[in-house]
Amino acid sequence: MTDQQTTALSTMLLCLADDEYIIGHRMSEWTGQGPIIEEDIAFSSMAQDELGHALGFYTLLHELGADDPDTLVFTRDASAYRNSIFTEQPRGDYAWSMMRQFLYDGAETERLGALATSAFEPLRDLAVRMLQEERYHWMHNATFVRRLALGTEESRLRMQSALTEAFPFALGLFEPYDGEELLVAAGIAPAEDHLRRRWLDRMCPLLEEYGLKVPAHRDGDNWRVDAAPVLGGRQGRHTEHLLGILDAMHVLRSADPDAVNW
Amino acid sequence: MKRWNFTPYHQQIDEGLAILGTPLPEHDTQWPEWEVFVQAKRGGPHVNVGAVHAPDPEMALLLAKENFIRREPCVNLWIVNTEDIHATASEDDALFQYTFDRTYRNTTGFKLDKPTAE
Repeated sequence: MTDQQTTALSTMLLCLADDEYIIGHRMSEWTGQGPIIEEDIAFSSMAQDELGHALGFYTLLHELGADDPDTLVFTRDASAYRNSIFTEQPRGDYAWSMMRQFLYDGAETERLGALATSAFEPLRDLAVRMLQEERYHWMHNATFVRRLALGTEESRLRMQSALTEAFPFALGLFEPYDGEELLVAAGIAPAEDHLRRRWLDRMCPLLEEYGLKVPAHRDGDNWRVDAAPVLGGRQGRHTEHLLGILDAMHVLRSADPDAVNW
Repeated sequence: MKRWNFTPYHQQIDEGLAILGTPLPEHDTQWPEWEVFVQAKRGGPHVNVGAVHAPDPEMALLLAKENFIRREPCVNLWIVNTEDIHATASEDDALFQYTFDRTYRNTTGFKLDKPTAE
């Protein structure tokens, strides 16, 4: 791999790791407060899965020369985070959180599926292992979203509000990052535009099947989006919501940088 | 269309009711109970490990997976509506007590030669 390719790959891994880490944190905010105890446990368990995926990406990044995972997570300022703005948004009501997971895990499944054929072997192996867990995430989220969307008048209303609000944010998952074209040319990573198209093909017909109005319409074989994507995260531009998460995560590390045994 | 803000779940219930303008039926969140049986390896027994509440079998399987086999080995899951399980009365455990010597029923008296390895 050339130096430029390594730099581009590091950038992409940071985007993916930060996405997983921040959404995992947001999911964990439901722990102890889920709508029913069984779902509380299931959702918390999936939050841990996402944190595990984050660690996988951070570790790979470290092997390419970046700081170790703890340093990356606990010492960076918001502007150094590359997660999409989507993942840092507050948890909202359960409909919002569930819709976010559905849209996010749909994107992750498409992304990991593409990375499972990456020319970079360590990334390929990691993607294959993560896909295994994503199967359950997808089942879980699709089942909940379908039932809530087709459930009572109240649940349908909540899911529609969540979709309308979350959709433009979700498009930010496919924001281009620096060096993307180098990785695409080398067969190391898929083009974001390609993933976005696959994601729309996967999600839009399903959401319509669930009776929800998607902010997009069919145009021949493609889906054309009727909402402006919320971008910026991949360039380090974030909302105030990320600051709140980082404050909460950094407080112990700042108080005692050597606190490793606790 | 009314836009909802990012507020915790419980604060939005009143808002939802106001939007609908009609009172919702009483919520009954006490769903049926389903016994969960885990098969650790192929050919082995399905062992009861606990129960989950869920509205139907599909949801029961979905929730049972993440509630009972986050770390434990499993190749297959069963769920059974708790009401479909018929049991003897717990206080009637005398039914299973032995009052006579039953060792003659055991096969301990038979000596089996271990097969010799070739």
